[in-house]
Amino acid sequence: MQDLFFYLFAALTLLCGFLVVANPFNRNPVTSAMFLALTIVSMAGLFVLLHAFFLAAVQILVYAGAVMVLFLFVIMLLDLKEEQRRTANKFGIVSGIISVGAITVIFIKAIFESHATATDTTPVLEGATQPLGRMLFNDYLLPFEILSVLLLVAMVGVILLSKKDLR
Amino acid sequence: MDWNFILFTLIKIACVIGAVLTMFAYSVLAERKISAFIQDRVGPNRVALPLIGSVPVIGPLLTRLGFWQPIADGLKAILKEDFTPSYVRKAYFWLAPAIALIPSFLTTAVIPFGSTLGNPNNKMVIADLDVGILYTFGIVSLGVYGIVLAGYAAKSKYPFLGGIRSSAQMISYEIAMGMSVVPLFLVVGNLNLSKVIEYQAQNGWLICYTPVSFFIFLVSAFAETNRLPFDLPECETELVAGYNTEYSSMKFALFFMGEYANMIAAASMMVVLFFGGWTLPGLTTPANTLATGLLHIGIFVGKMLVLMVLFIWVRWMLPRFRYDQLMDLGWRRFIPLALANIFFYAAWFWMKS
Repeated sequence: MQDLFFYLFAALTLLCGFLVVANPFNRNPVTSAMFLALTIVSMAGLFVLLHAFFLAAVQILVYAGAVMVLFLFVIMLLDLKEEQRRTANKFGIVSGIISVGAITVIFIKAIFESHATATDTTPVLEGATQPLGRMLFNDYLLPFEILSVLLLVAMVGVILLSKKDLR
Repeated sequence: MDWNFILFTLIKIACVIGAVLTMFAYSVLAERKISAFIQDRVGPNRVALPLIGSVPVIGPLLTRLGFWQPIADGLKAILKEDFTPSYVRKAYFWLAPAIALIPSFLTTAVIPFGSTLGNPNNKMVIADLDVGILYTFGIVSLGVYGIVLAGYAAKSKYPFLGGIRSSAQMISYEIAMGMSVVPLFLVVGNLNLSKVIEYQAQNGWLICYTPVSFFIFLVSAFAETNRLPFDLPECETELVAGYNTEYSSMKFALFFMGEYANMIAAASMMVVLFFGGWTLPGLTTPANTLATGLLHIGIFVGKMLVLMVLFIWVRWMLPRFRYDQLMDLGWRRFIPLALANIFFYAAWFWMKS
């Protein structure tokens, strides 16, 4: 049952991810954004199978529910017509292949060098939210706080850029 | 995975969806009847079924109450011409009503609508998730897609502006809503909704502990469900009928259904979070027999109905806000208030520990 769901969600993630960047039927950017949202939701399904319920819920809440909706807003309001006519150029294809190759090599190396075996299936963050919170606010407090400051900087920057009379 | 569990879950899903659809039909009727009462009218009182209508006393009474009106409304929605304008984006035009409706049904999955049916294994909740409340907020945030896509699919100015406006409103109030429940979970110490009810069974309803949270949650729920005093998506003078202008027949009915299903989901969330779920003072132990189990479900539904009447009452008693007032209220009043509320409870617990 679990395996079945894993293959279902993994296939869905890969298929939707492919359709985001290279949809042969529809080159509308809004369709790409919708498929990206679907990719995020199916990745949340994979998190659920790993018993990371908190991550799955936050994945949907933050990425599918907030970030992608704002993406969609921007794409719709800009109404990118020329984007539909554009074809892939050589530079884009070459750089894409290089980056995909590099990531694949890193992944394969990481998988072979990790000594995880099939019996080693007890997850560190079993389901509950409390251990995750403990780790975030004890062991990883500094990176967490730095990240929040980074987000704050981005927010202040956006306000500064959008308000002309503040400059 | 044993088959009993799967079968039991499927039965629960069917019952919950059936209950939500019935409540949708009759909350529309209640809306019309209560609005008629408030405006000193009679309301729907004509629809009669051929055979039952001629039964003495009961037949005319049901007709007077408008009991069969939902059937007439439903038939009208199905039988009207489903007109698709030639210029719309077809795929999204078909997809949007479904996307608007589905999230409101999905949120009911984690809501514990009763204790048990006698056997402690038969929990009256479809999915007893550990992150119940986060799941709800995640699914609720997906509801925005239906409205955005409806506006986009129509490919005409007013629905598009209506969709943008309505989704901006929903996103803004989601933040206040999400932050308003944080103090609640500081008090309870668990995100699981069944545990929240357990806590309330032992210590009393949470509205006594966190009244400010309830106030923010209630107002945000009005804004989330796009109901008056915040029904800005529909505005005849500015936006025609908002995001669903181009929709007709059953597709329009699906948007309408989505709005009411959202309202039902919001009411049940409030019952679980603030009003003790299926418990009453003095009636706090999980059911041992089938009868008490059904009684608990009845108590839950009764509390929900009270909140639904509150929703309808507010709609017909308060004037609506202007759009900038709505945004001002959301961002400049409620979000700081919710943050102060969180800070207050965090400081309180820190002092106590």
